[in-house]
Amino acid sequence: MGNVLERIPVREQDPKVRAANFDEVCLGYNEEEAVAEAQRCLNCKNAKCITGCPVNIRINEFIAKVKERDFEGAYRTISQSSALPAVCGRVCPQETQCEGKCIRGIKGDPVSIGKLERFVADYARHNGIVPTPDAPPNGHRIAVVGSGPAGLTCAGDLARMGYDVTIFEALHKAGGVLTYGIPEFRLPKDEVVAKEVENVKALGVKICTDVIIGRTESVDELLEQGFEAVFIGSGAGLPMFMGIPGENANGVFSANEYLTRNNLMKAFRDDYDTPIYKAKKVVVVGGGNVAMDAARTALRLGAEVHLVYRRSEAELPARAEEVHHAKEEGIIFDLLTNPVEILTDENDYVRGIRCIRMELGEPDASGRRRPVPVEGSEFEVECDAVIMSLGTSPNPLISSTTVGLDINRRKCIIADEETGATSREGVYAGGDAVTGAATVILAMGAGKTAAKGIDEFIRSRK
Amino acid sequence: MFKILSKTQLSAVVWEMVVEAPLLARHCRPGQFLIVRKDEVGERIPLTICDYDTEKGTVTIVFQPVGVSSEKFLELEEGDSFLDFVGPLGRPSDICDMSDEELRKKKFLFVCGGVGTAPVYPQVKWLHERGISADVIIGCRTKDLLFYEDKMREVAGHLYVTTDDGSYMHKGVVTTVIDELVAEGKEYNHCVCIGPMIMMKFCCLTTQKYGIPTIVSMNPIMVDGTGMCGACRLTVGDEVKFACVDGPEFDGFKINWAECMKRAAMYKTVEGEAKLRYQEGKTHEGGCGNC
Ligand SMILES: Cc1cc2nc3c(=O)[nH]c(=O)nc-3n(C[C@H](O)[C@H](O)[C@H](O)COP(=O)(O)OP(=O)(O)OC[C@H]3O[C@@H](n4cnc5c(N)ncnc54)[C@H](O)[C@@H]3O)c2cc1C
Ligand code: FES
Repeated sequence: MGNVLERIPVREQDPKVRAANFDEVCLGYNEEEAVAEAQRCLNCKNAKCITGCPVNIRINEFIAKVKERDFEGAYRTISQSSALPAVCGRVCPQETQCEGKCIRGIKGDPVSIGKLERFVADYARHNGIVPTPDAPPNGHRIAVVGSGPAGLTCAGDLARMGYDVTIFEALHKAGGVLTYGIPEFRLPKDEVVAKEVENVKALGVKICTDVIIGRTESVDELLEQGFEAVFIGSGAGLPMFMGIPGENANGVFSANEYLTRNNLMKAFRDDYDTPIYKAKKVVVVGGGNVAMDAARTALRLGAEVHLVYRRSEAELPARAEEVHHAKEEGIIFDLLTNPVEILTDENDYVRGIRCIRMELGEPDASGRRRPVPVEGSEFEVECDAVIMSLGTSPNPLISSTTVGLDINRRKCIIADEETGATSREGVYAGGDAVTGAATVILAMGAGKTAAKGIDEFIRSRK
Repeated sequence: MFKILSKTQLSAVVWEMVVEAPLLARHCRPGQFLIVRKDEVGERIPLTICDYDTEKGTVTIVFQPVGVSSEKFLELEEGDSFLDFVGPLGRPSDICDMSDEELRKKKFLFVCGGVGTAPVYPQVKWLHERGISADVIIGCRTKDLLFYEDKMREVAGHLYVTTDDGSYMHKGVVTTVIDELVAEGKEYNHCVCIGPMIMMKFCCLTTQKYGIPTIVSMNPIMVDGTGMCGACRLTVGDEVKFACVDGPEFDGFKINWAECMKRAAMYKTVEGEAKLRYQEGKTHEGGCGNC
């Protein structure tokens, strides 16, 4: 056994090899590695890690079970708090949540909680262990709008309590961002996402794809049809652009479009009809998880990729692991740089981008130091595609078609933090639709809270 | 799954299908569109809704195969099903929100060509059902490409058909007919034009000359159709709009046509490759000049 201050390294695909394929980068722990890593857990009485987890998974308990090789028990412990452990183990920002609180982290590496969670969930999947309902059917019908992490969690929790739940999803496949946004190499679709969705269905949840609430049917119609409550987990899918000249040129895409073509519509596979723009040199604008995903996707499709971000490395909002992986794979980071114009050729195709250097000034409202342009520092970079990854906001489709549903300035649905209740009786909301673009685990947390809120609402009506 | 109840060839290149989609049919209004996917590997193809029957729960689509995915629609026969059929998308046509009084004040001219003829039909029919007669111009290259003539005649005030080559009725393009009608003293104060982009552009140039406000229906490249990707963005006046949620109908005088035409060509090469791959199998390695 190695140094207990260091975590057991996780096996990954070699950066050179994986830069040319869409297979999962991280290969995860095997049983021996997982048990060895679990040994590092001090099983603190007052386990700080749990307070760092937005859904309060009983982390020390599940890790103790891994130590004893009771992997099924570990899964049961996790699944009491999380409906999507195989997803969270892969995409949560553990370094700022559970692992950020780990005592081991003070004098060494924190325990690899995320990798252990992933191991347990993968073990369960490979061994056919599925979650089970806790209560018999109670006959109450609940509608859930959107099948992202918020919707799936809310539906799963309600189904476990005995509710008859139907999810309505606008796209042709369930999963929300997990399906259309996060790429295969980080979160395998058939192997992981589809299986987690199956687990939710196994609890009795029905999923109707191709139904756009606000268009195909309205929230009011759902209530009229006998759904006693509606949960809105419609995400924050609307892409923002910068409003700079040249942004409508051919070869400029929102990260959402680029990723959707590739993930949902599988443009990277020859057997799918989806076209994708084959660029030689791509500039991705932004520094979040979405930007990393777009950059690494473009790289895998054969491009040289530059990531342009207006703040410095310390402010990159992406998960540490993604930044690390992106660098290993050869993404070039142009930090403290901001685009001012997209340059086009005579046919309106992108030929380059003009940028300006930035420096960090005083902290802004987000507490991060505000980037300010350095006068006279403009320069041009040649490229044939630009992917804008500047953030997203909630789609007004539902709020604008549901009378009495209050939203805030940022178009986010206003919901009670304790219950998920909105300004409309019987209508609940959570996830990115309420917070604006955030994280998988926060969306799941909101789904859980709303499930409890809905349960209390239904009980109070009986 | 959405069952195809009938499949009809309307012209040399245009097909019509009536599809069972009760939820959609119940919520459709003229001017809206939907997204169709044939099978798991197919693209999401936006098509304007051409007719709908709330009672029977059916929606009619009309299409002209252009890319691989829409060409593959032809593999489907009556009784087969589309995997996905989503909508209605976009905003209903402005006429839907007008009061009867407003509608009666309008003198409508509809101008259409190509597959655009089909989505004009429900709008003219909608007006007809409210006792308002609209004049319609259908333009096509040659007689073989004309369809919906009788159907349109039933609901239109006057129907004018024009062919580029003079093989049927008027000889000329739609703008010549507009010029003639105005010269004859006909007055219009609301024009709707749906057809190939080039036709909509020239129609607008003509109607602008006569001061007739003109609405066009845009069909840029789309992915989701719900405002999620921005592929469908276009410049209207000095604003960037998403055709799928802000449109598809816009003030034709404000459209940046040059930009729209260039954007429509974005995937031409990739599409061409895909088409060859579909027609010739995976043997094609490029270099033929077609891709
Ligand atoms: C590329 C990318 C990478 C990311 N990486 C990470 C990461 O590594 N870690 C992390 O924690 N978070 C990450 N995030 C953020 C995370 O994915 C989201 O915060 C999370 O998915 C939000 O969940 P949600 O359920 O609220 O919404 P979504 O996942 O957005 O799901 C909403 C669903 O509702 C559907 N919908 C919308 N409108 C309607 C309607 N009118 N009718 C019916 N259905 C509708 C949508 O189609 C969608 O399927 C990433 C996001 C993106 C885009
Ligand atoms: S088609 Fe994606 S935003 Fe319009």
